[in-house]
Amino acid sequence: MAILSLQNVVKNYHNHTAVDNVSFEVPKGSVFGLLGPNGAGKTSLIRIITTITMADSGQVLLDGEPINFNHPSQIGYMPEERGLYKKMKVGEQLLYLAQLKGMPHKEAKQKLHAWMDKFDIVSWWDKKVEELSKGMQQKIQFIATVVHDPKLLILDEPFSGLDPINTNLIKDEIDQLNKGGTSIIFSTHRMEQVEEVCENIILINNGKKVLEGNVDQIKIDHKENLFKVEFDNSVLNIEDLNNFQVLQSKRDGIDVKLVDGMKPNDLLGSLIKSGAEIKSFNEVLPSINDIFISRVGESQE
Amino acid sequence: MNKLWLIIQREYLTRVKKKSFILVTLLTPLGFGLLMFVSGYLASNSMNSKKRIVVVDESKILNEEDLSNSQYDFDITTLPLNEIDTSYNQLGYDLLLNVPAINDLSSTTHNVDFYSKEKLSLVALQQIEGKMSKSLKAYKISKSDIDQETIDQLEINVTLDNAVTSDLDGDKSDKVSIGVASALSYLMGFLMYMVIFIYGSMVMRSVMEEKINRIVEVMISSVRPFQLMLGKITGVGLVAMTQLFIWIILLFGIMAVFSSTMTPDPSIAASGMGEAGEMIAEMGAQSDMTNLLRGIKSLNWLLIIPSFVMFFLGGYFIYSSLFAAVGSAMGDDLGEGQQLMMPILIPVIIAISLVFPVLNNPNGNLAVFGSMFPLFSPILMPARLPFDPPVWQVILSMIILFASVAFMIWFAGRIYRVGILMYGKKVSFKEIGRWLFVKN
Repeated sequence: MAILSLQNVVKNYHNHTAVDNVSFEVPKGSVFGLLGPNGAGKTSLIRIITTITMADSGQVLLDGEPINFNHPSQIGYMPEERGLYKKMKVGEQLLYLAQLKGMPHKEAKQKLHAWMDKFDIVSWWDKKVEELSKGMQQKIQFIATVVHDPKLLILDEPFSGLDPINTNLIKDEIDQLNKGGTSIIFSTHRMEQVEEVCENIILINNGKKVLEGNVDQIKIDHKENLFKVEFDNSVLNIEDLNNFQVLQSKRDGIDVKLVDGMKPNDLLGSLIKSGAEIKSFNEVLPSINDIFISRVGESQE
Repeated sequence: MNKLWLIIQREYLTRVKKKSFILVTLLTPLGFGLLMFVSGYLASNSMNSKKRIVVVDESKILNEEDLSNSQYDFDITTLPLNEIDTSYNQLGYDLLLNVPAINDLSSTTHNVDFYSKEKLSLVALQQIEGKMSKSLKAYKISKSDIDQETIDQLEINVTLDNAVTSDLDGDKSDKVSIGVASALSYLMGFLMYMVIFIYGSMVMRSVMEEKINRIVEVMISSVRPFQLMLGKITGVGLVAMTQLFIWIILLFGIMAVFSSTMTPDPSIAASGMGEAGEMIAEMGAQSDMTNLLRGIKSLNWLLIIPSFVMFFLGGYFIYSSLFAAVGSAMGDDLGEGQQLMMPILIPVIIAISLVFPVLNNPNGNLAVFGSMFPLFSPILMPARLPFDPPVWQVILSMIILFASVAFMIWFAGRIYRVGILMYGKKVSFKEIGRWLFVKN
């Protein structure tokens, strides 16, 4: 069952198509990566999902229901450009935002205290937002995003501007929420983060879907039969490897690409025959970053 | 609905709780009162300081008692001019007048020279001229065959009395009550003008702030942009009403204190005592104050006060929704968006400049049509209210205004919902026009 399902969603602006016939599904309880370069249409998509705007055509289903204005209370959205009322006190502000998500005053207050306790920032309740550092404000923003226990959490570049300690703190919290059943959409252009946390991704460029699927599967689908072998290179007679495409030859090993239906065992056999003392033998899978660059380059041509 | 209420609450409370709001609200009437007090004090002080005037009267035709009053102390000297023209200051006089003898009784002009160390004000000059003319005229009459009594009988004073009776209490409106009505007209027209600009730009600034510090995207992922805009306008509107209400109460309080301490005039005290006080005032001389009070009482307050409140609300909402739309379209740069303010500035300025022509003829064509147009009526109709406009016109104008308010809020909402998400682009009116038709 999908928490979120988009079918043939189109969004046109005055002179360009921001979202061009995009379909995808976010499985319930998963961590989903929404990837794409700047201006690809990520924000336009998120705005449609969060009911800020509406799709020109196509369908958006949240938990099986066509998206409507009752849904914002089930969604938590942290935009890339963070914003809080600078002159308001932290507590008042969080209460206000939580109540706008439909929480009763009392419950909101309890939940907020629990969250602030967790982050050890209860003493900030009466501080004005403008008195806090940027990192502190991010924590407040995060609490505002998750306090109403959303079914679906949408985080747009959640770690930008956070120091490593706070990044880990927020990461752990996201992990906890996910374990508790919250579905999470990450929107980012920083691919290394995606590989760590996302099970499924969609890659969009120029408003179109370029790629979709399970991260591991995508990597396997895009593998280029690259192998990395480590051994003492000094004894190797390179001519023994004439049948292989050696990409790089270093002192402690080589990178080899297998072509023409050759198997890894053929490479190993040749190496052993040449007398090399093999320390390791690994298949190199492409990083999402590499796939991203190659596919985006492709789709631009 | 609940969310709208939350937004209104926040917009209202954050403003009302601000120190600057509390200070401005309390200090403005106090400052006003202080100004009244100081100017009143200075005026009464300058009246107390009598000017001493010495007169060289060659032909012995003037009389000290006739000339002197509370402001001027005249002394007729027997010394010739050349003996006193250098020493009048040392003798303690402020002014020296030289009245030459009247040789030709048929001449209608007579030059009197004055000597003074300091420049005389125009008012003082006119007052002294008047006194001289009166005395010299009396002298000329005494030298002629006509007696003063005949002259007095020839005097006639025409007062124009408006015979139209007001619907409220049948009082005849006279010059004073028309004066009071005009003053009230100006006051209400100008107040509306201030309200539109002060609180309208408060709405605009707040919309811009939310857009610039990006809170708006968080907000509209919880509430509809229209709710946010309407909540903001309503919240600031309540702030405006709170502030004006406190100002009016404080101003009345200060004026009451002021008038009882500065001018112990029985008529003012009387105004606070209802019917009995009225009788005391009636018995007293027809002082300016009683006339003024009668003028104030003759106004149709039952029409004016509720109507003014309605036009206040209509005017505030129609313009502040425009301000909200403009604020949403503006980028970070206020200067760049200056031209976007034009559609607001132009109608307000036209309306305020029409107040004077409308007052000249409060029930003429210009007044009637001007007070029907919804962008002008919040200023022009309050200006007409003290002049007893036909009730159907007031109601029609209100209906047009409130229909336009509904339209304008919808219209501004269309612009607002697109504008608040537009960043880093200078927008033209053409672009804004397109926003109206953008689908959500």
